[in-house]
Amino acid sequence: MKEYILKRLAMLIFVLLGVSIITFALVRAAPGDPAIYLAGQHATPEKLEEIREKYHLNDPIYEQYLIWLKMALHGDLGKSIQTNEYVTREILHRLPTTLELSLFAIIIATIIGIIAGIISAVRQYSMTDYGVMVGALFGVSMPVFWLGLMLIFIFSVKLGWLPVGGRLSTGIELHRITGLYVLDSILTLNWTAFVDSIRHLILPSVALATIPMATIARMTRSSMLEVLRQDFIRTERAKGLSERAVVYKHAIKNALIPIVTVIGMNTGILIGGAVLTETIFSLPGLGKYIANAILAYDYPVIQGFTLFFATVMVLANLATDILYVYIDPRIRYR
Amino acid sequence: MKKEWKWMGLLIVAIMLASVLSGCIGGEKETPTTTEAKGKYGGTLVFGSSGDAVKLDPADVTDGESIQRMDNIHEGLVRYKAGSTEIEPCLATSWEISDDKKTITFHLRKGVKFHHGFGEMTADDVVFSFARQYDENNWFHQYGDWDYWGWMFTDIEKVEKIDDYTVAIHMKKPNASIMTSLAMFTVSVVSEKAAKQYKENFFKNPVGTGPFEFVEWVKDDHITLRAFEDYWGGRAYLDELIFKVIPDPSARLMALQTGEVQGIEHLDPSQLDIVRNDPNLQLISQPGMNVGYIALNCGEAYEDKNGNGRWDPGEDVTPPGAFEPFKDIRVRRAIAHAINKEAIVKNLYKGAATVAKEGMPPVLFGYNDEIQDYEYDPEKAKQLLAEAGYPDGFEVTLWHMGSTSRPYFPVPTQIAEAIQADLAKVGIKVKLFTEDWGAYLKDASAGKAPMIMLGWTGDNGDPDNFLNVLYSQRVCNIPNAGNYGFKKNPELQELLDKALETYDQAERAELYKEANKLIVEDCAFIFIAHADQNLAFSKNVHGYVIHPTSRKFFYPVWIEKEE
Repeated sequence: MKEYILKRLAMLIFVLLGVSIITFALVRAAPGDPAIYLAGQHATPEKLEEIREKYHLNDPIYEQYLIWLKMALHGDLGKSIQTNEYVTREILHRLPTTLELSLFAIIIATIIGIIAGIISAVRQYSMTDYGVMVGALFGVSMPVFWLGLMLIFIFSVKLGWLPVGGRLSTGIELHRITGLYVLDSILTLNWTAFVDSIRHLILPSVALATIPMATIARMTRSSMLEVLRQDFIRTERAKGLSERAVVYKHAIKNALIPIVTVIGMNTGILIGGAVLTETIFSLPGLGKYIANAILAYDYPVIQGFTLFFATVMVLANLATDILYVYIDPRIRYR
Repeated sequence: MKKEWKWMGLLIVAIMLASVLSGCIGGEKETPTTTEAKGKYGGTLVFGSSGDAVKLDPADVTDGESIQRMDNIHEGLVRYKAGSTEIEPCLATSWEISDDKKTITFHLRKGVKFHHGFGEMTADDVVFSFARQYDENNWFHQYGDWDYWGWMFTDIEKVEKIDDYTVAIHMKKPNASIMTSLAMFTVSVVSEKAAKQYKENFFKNPVGTGPFEFVEWVKDDHITLRAFEDYWGGRAYLDELIFKVIPDPSARLMALQTGEVQGIEHLDPSQLDIVRNDPNLQLISQPGMNVGYIALNCGEAYEDKNGNGRWDPGEDVTPPGAFEPFKDIRVRRAIAHAINKEAIVKNLYKGAATVAKEGMPPVLFGYNDEIQDYEYDPEKAKQLLAEAGYPDGFEVTLWHMGSTSRPYFPVPTQIAEAIQADLAKVGIKVKLFTEDWGAYLKDASAGKAPMIMLGWTGDNGDPDNFLNVLYSQRVCNIPNAGNYGFKKNPELQELLDKALETYDQAERAELYKEANKLIVEDCAFIFIAHADQNLAFSKNVHGYVIHPTSRKFFYPVWIEKEE
């Protein structure tokens, strides 16, 4: 097991190398010039040249890559062309917002998704089943920006129950330790901020949770249906076990592997930032950061973020694979 | 006896009445003013901005979001009068212009304090604020890109300290627009002492002399400012001014409706009626300082081989996008007559714009009211085309901005399609082309587009910043052109040059009026619209004056408290 994890982590290095080469080439092959973006519509040629020199944009691409790689190996992903801030620092600065949001969203999605999926499977072809599946279909196909705006319109503008966006209300003080506001407010025993930050999280995490929730529900349903048809379930029923015990004790355990895979992948994706959700709910997370960077041809940021995201995805996959061992003792890694 | 009593009674009544009346009048005079003044103070205004600031160093930013924060922290030697682009004294109380028009001497206001206890502002801070931008040997020069200096201030040779309260700006050549430029954020005065303390992090810790001082910046979330108690002009009414980032326009409006913010910017045209009809909100609009145009490539470019910044004989070249029919003025005018600008403004700007007839907005001095626009008349257009030898029209490619929305062209693709349809009616077949914004600007400057949609938002509120930047023959230089019509007009250039040497505003205005006439007559540009700038506030926010440059000054703003 330990060997397997080390091997997977060693593979990470190659994945990152590959990812960095591809993004480096792709970003530079795209039309557009960061110098023009920086210097504006009527920039003088001297100014453009000065900027290109400053950011090594005139060097051959492989040289630029080697310079970047050397720095990256020292843990320095460079500075943003646009804001002159260290990319690593900016990513770390924005990560807590995204992390908090995605964790909330994935918890909501997992709980509701699995419950809905099980109910659906147990009562196959009933009205409940159809209802859940139609709901799931809506969930995956509903545009997040529309859903987000509707949630705000109903729960903030019309009912006035929850805030429109942001992370904390104006005037509420919070001593920031981890950047995860819910955790920070618990650590500092600041209950006003605790309630406020949770109130701010509800709408965006519901909006963000819909798609994974729907996927999880569908996956749970199909996986459960498959398991419920298997021989050992029939045996257990024949042994006289209650239906509840059959479903919640035995069937679920065997159905869990594909569900965990879906959850793992979705967690990875969510941590990469949710551009639309973050934009609509005015959350200063990673999604918005990378979207702005792409629009501004901010090479170092795009580069740094892609690496970060690749790492998260690889780790999320690894974590899922390790979880398999605990769920299904028959699985062994060598 | 009875009579006496009667008189006594009357007297007493009269005295009582008089005292009551005088008391009342006195009360009316005294109490409301004091309560009014008292009532104006206090409160927090949260303003919903569409994006976060990039940097908080006034000399090193180009984006509106950074500027709107800094305009409340910093000030310059001069400033705009409220709601106008005329200038008035600010950190300088007066100034003199030398006989050769090349030196301007400023007398500084005494006793002006920097925020956060960084001491009194003196000539050293003023010189530092300028020199760090142009002087490569200045210790702070390495920390910035100083873009706006390159665009607007290169005529300044150096800034010199005469004594603690006097500085002189020496110019390379006379430039009358410099006075307006000095009201720009770029040349705001910053504390040298603070710069020394923060060095490369100065842009995160701004220290100026303005009405609000910096408190906190949570990236992509909010920036908090607080009233500066020692402000030389008297404390601001607001206690706190917070700029909160709300990127989505619908979410911004909803935040205003729920009262989470008290003001928002960049309203969608479709939201204007919602704000107008909401009794708790108010809409503030004004024609913006911008112009959206279509440039017709007339093919008269030059290549600045000797690098002197002007066209010399022998430098002529034809830009790659030169389009033969546009060389004929009748064709250009036909296109002007064929486009229904009124309909575009009404339907695509949702009325939130003014139809443009000149190359600069009407809010600037030098705008020529007498100019007649080319009226919408497809028949006349057809006739002109026939006269020019194109009775059946021709095919041409219109470059448009695609998904890159700018204030002057809020929905570029739809506007391009409207123009395409208008021109089809007179027999001109228009193909649409777009590319990524960066590539678009680069190719436009290289003269690759035969017909291109672009625009400009003014920097300093000076006509020169429109006419010389967009229509001068000097900027027909490929591959770095700014005049995408590529039409050289020496007579126009002469007027523009003369205007720059004229410090008298009335005289300058006359020269620009003439220049505007020539630009419209040449018709290398078809001016579509000047988009309005719109802001929405809660009903209880008072005192906000919209500024033509879109800059946002919150000093006079106050919030009416609920009783």
